[in-house]
Amino acid sequence: MATSAASRRWRTAGRYALLVAVAVVVLFPIWVMLVGAFKPGNKVLQDPLLPTSVTLDTLRDAWRDGKLGRALVNSTIVALIVTVAQVVTSVLSAYAFAFLRFPGRTLLFALFLATLLVPFEATVVVNRETVQDLGWLNSFQGLAVPFLATAFGTFLVRQVFLTLPKDLREAARMDGLGHLGFLREVAVPLARPTLGALALFGFLASWNQYLWPTVISTDDDWNTVQSGLRTLSQAQIDRPNLVIAGTVIVALPIFVVLLVFQRQLVRGLTAGAVKG
Amino acid sequence: MSRRWRDLPFAVAFLAPSLLILSAFVLYPLGRAVWLGHQRCDATGANCRSNGWDQYVDVFRSEEFQQALGVTVRFALLTVPVGLALGIALAVLADKHLRGIGFFRTVFSSTVATSVAVASLMWFFLLNPSVGVLADWIGGVAKNPGLLRDEDTALWAVAVSSIWANLGFTFIVVTAGLQSIPAELYESARVDGAGGWTRFSNVTLPMLGPTLLFAGVVLTSRAFQAYGEFDLLTGGGPNGSTTSLTYLVYGNNSIIKNNVGLQAAVAVLLFVVLILLSALQIRGVERRVHYGN
Amino acid sequence: MAYCADVADVRLTSLTKSFDGVTAVDDVSLHIADHDFMILLGPSGCGKSTLLRMIAGLEDPTAGDVEIGGTRVNDVEPKQRDVAMVFQSYALYPHKTVQANIEFPLKVRGVAKPERAEQARAAAATLGLTEYLGRKPGQLSGGQRQRVALARAIVRRPAVFCMDEPLSNLDAKLRGETRAELVALHARLASTFVYVTHDQVEAMTMGSHVAVMNRGRIEQVGTPQEVYARPASVFVAQFIGTPPMNVLPAGVVEVGPWLVGIRPEHVTVDRSPAAPTEGSSSVEPSDTAATVTLVEHLGHETLVHARVDSGLGQEVPVVVARLDARDPAPAMGERVTLRFPAEHLHRFHADTGRRVDERAAEVGA
Repeated sequence: MATSAASRRWRTAGRYALLVAVAVVVLFPIWVMLVGAFKPGNKVLQDPLLPTSVTLDTLRDAWRDGKLGRALVNSTIVALIVTVAQVVTSVLSAYAFAFLRFPGRTLLFALFLATLLVPFEATVVVNRETVQDLGWLNSFQGLAVPFLATAFGTFLVRQVFLTLPKDLREAARMDGLGHLGFLREVAVPLARPTLGALALFGFLASWNQYLWPTVISTDDDWNTVQSGLRTLSQAQIDRPNLVIAGTVIVALPIFVVLLVFQRQLVRGLTAGAVKG
Repeated sequence: MSRRWRDLPFAVAFLAPSLLILSAFVLYPLGRAVWLGHQRCDATGANCRSNGWDQYVDVFRSEEFQQALGVTVRFALLTVPVGLALGIALAVLADKHLRGIGFFRTVFSSTVATSVAVASLMWFFLLNPSVGVLADWIGGVAKNPGLLRDEDTALWAVAVSSIWANLGFTFIVVTAGLQSIPAELYESARVDGAGGWTRFSNVTLPMLGPTLLFAGVVLTSRAFQAYGEFDLLTGGGPNGSTTSLTYLVYGNNSIIKNNVGLQAAVAVLLFVVLILLSALQIRGVERRVHYGN
Repeated sequence: MAYCADVADVRLTSLTKSFDGVTAVDDVSLHIADHDFMILLGPSGCGKSTLLRMIAGLEDPTAGDVEIGGTRVNDVEPKQRDVAMVFQSYALYPHKTVQANIEFPLKVRGVAKPERAEQARAAAATLGLTEYLGRKPGQLSGGQRQRVALARAIVRRPAVFCMDEPLSNLDAKLRGETRAELVALHARLASTFVYVTHDQVEAMTMGSHVAVMNRGRIEQVGTPQEVYARPASVFVAQFIGTPPMNVLPAGVVEVGPWLVGIRPEHVTVDRSPAAPTEGSSSVEPSDTAATVTLVEHLGHETLVHARVDSGLGQEVPVVVARLDARDPAPAMGERVTLRFPAEHLHRFHADTGRRVDERAAEVGA
């Protein structure tokens, strides 16, 4: 028995060693980036793996030259608008598909699902044209409006609504609740965990949009953090640590958000795998 | 008044917002892109006119499209299998009740927080021949002109950045899949005398089927729609060796940059390729995937 | 304490409901008097729940009328019908406390907060729920949840209570206790109860009237005693009573164009075999020779299954007799004589299954 216990201890130690090694590899780029972001411009080539000289100047320059403050505000506003709107539109349309009877319901739902197959990247050519015609280039509307509704959210929330017992809806009818009342008092509170996941998911997706803002925001004042980084990287091609400081500034808030909302994120990402 | 019609006003009001947005920004653009794609425009993108539908054929046969399609397919083949395999390996490694395992799980999930721009610039910094640490280590081969500027290595370098960025997603999804496998299955396999590898290949992998299908479909569709990596790391170069289909449509250095008709045509063909691909993937895998119950 | 409900009888006229061409309720007319405790009894799929749901307003009738308190309510939403419903699954709001669940119907109707809290507490007290007011349904046992559902129904003081198999998710012991509580509740509230069940024990013990349903139609309406003593059809005769009434083909007991039924407790078992059938003039016409095939000792009674020695060339019927536990029971395989006293025979038309009343039987014979 002693040998088996010893061999188990060795195996555990081996697993830890492997875990640490993999963690180092995964974190390596992030570490190098952090070290670089705090280095003064003239020291960037020295000790790239160790924070031998530390300054906030690079971060400050990146913040100023990349107009990152403005970009952070833009990104936050757009992501919040998109998140709230996606939750609201998804809940409403999911309710219609789950609880209302009306002619053409099946057909319309199929149409919703079909939009999931259209890659956003294939529609940008025309959407750019539409937004331009509406006069929405360089505006919050232009950045946010195409993402105010999602078939994915509708599908996800509908799945949850369908698991609510039919008796619950009927009990609510007996109690005197109409559709709006049932939605507010029963359906939404019971779907709250899924709505949290959907909100986080929508926020992340909006925050990480890359192609759309680079197409829609021609004026630097309307950059989001992603297109702002692009602008910064092109303007400062010969000051790489400035660019890297910019990426730290952009990445930090989302790291914090994800650490706080880890559970919702896992739920959101796996919803498709479990129920799909 | 029958129930069928009583709900109608609610249905209209509840569906209107979603329907409006999805029609205006998904369905209409798709239809319009199909229409635009058949129009022949001059080099500045002006004077577009309808002249039959053979522009799609021309685009499909063109050298540029074929090359971009090849780049996109190779990019997917480089990133998806490796990404999946690494995701599985990390998830299995961390799927054990050990002290501090939560920390490692957080670390392995962490790249999910990096956007395309962040991940790409990070790797640009690492691979940049003048400052990059990695470029320095890899040494002579890459020093000049650098991995990203070398026609033979550029796509590989972009793929590495993309695999790293997607690792967090794959890890999270596979971990959730692992946790949904009932413990009795492992126990009965153990009772049957199955060793670690046998348990993995006979219990874990088959039970992960639906999860891997999902992750595979998502990763593939991400690979086909990838744009930021190419835009920031290589700008489609050198020599078009990293000009993917998306970069061909939207990239600053693309030769069809100003030609709306051609851009629409390529975008529509990208859509068709993706549809065919997901149909194939789901059909091909579904036959072998084992769904619980 | 007494809740006073408005006078409310329920009248159903030629009520029909079909789903995609399948008729669930077929031309049903029924009057449920004010303060009645009406049981809708029948096997699953007989249309009893659909009928109840039309009274509650959860289903629209395909044809016919529903009247409550003399007013036609076909097009009235459930909310305005002054009807409450208790569901089989209880349908409590899982995210609300017991207090909030009970209050909820009042809240929807705009009753002020202090008042509705007071009424909810009173309703909870009636059902012994006071100490659970702060809990959520997930923290309650099945019986407690069931009582919360009842409290939510009575707090509104509705004219009519609809209950859809409210006891079927409880274990046997709790079911027995709750039956008694429901009867007491009905007496105290003095409002109209409409209660759906497939359990004849619930029907016999609780109802002031029973409507027995089969295939979307009502077979018989009456007090539980009437329905038991004078079943209007073979279906009712065999649905009510455990074990069910013996129904024998024409010719076994009597000669005539009808089926003959007799309840097990009315069959007597004589342990001496009947005299040989040839030249059997000395034997009573209702004496039937049989062989015992099964004896079940249930403690307070004994059930004897016996196969009739019929020379009639039909399928050979098995008769069940119920004996008092003190009576000596025959053994399996023993040959006995069964007696069917004439005053306990029920006669049913061989084709329609409907009861043939005694006078018609005399004439026919």
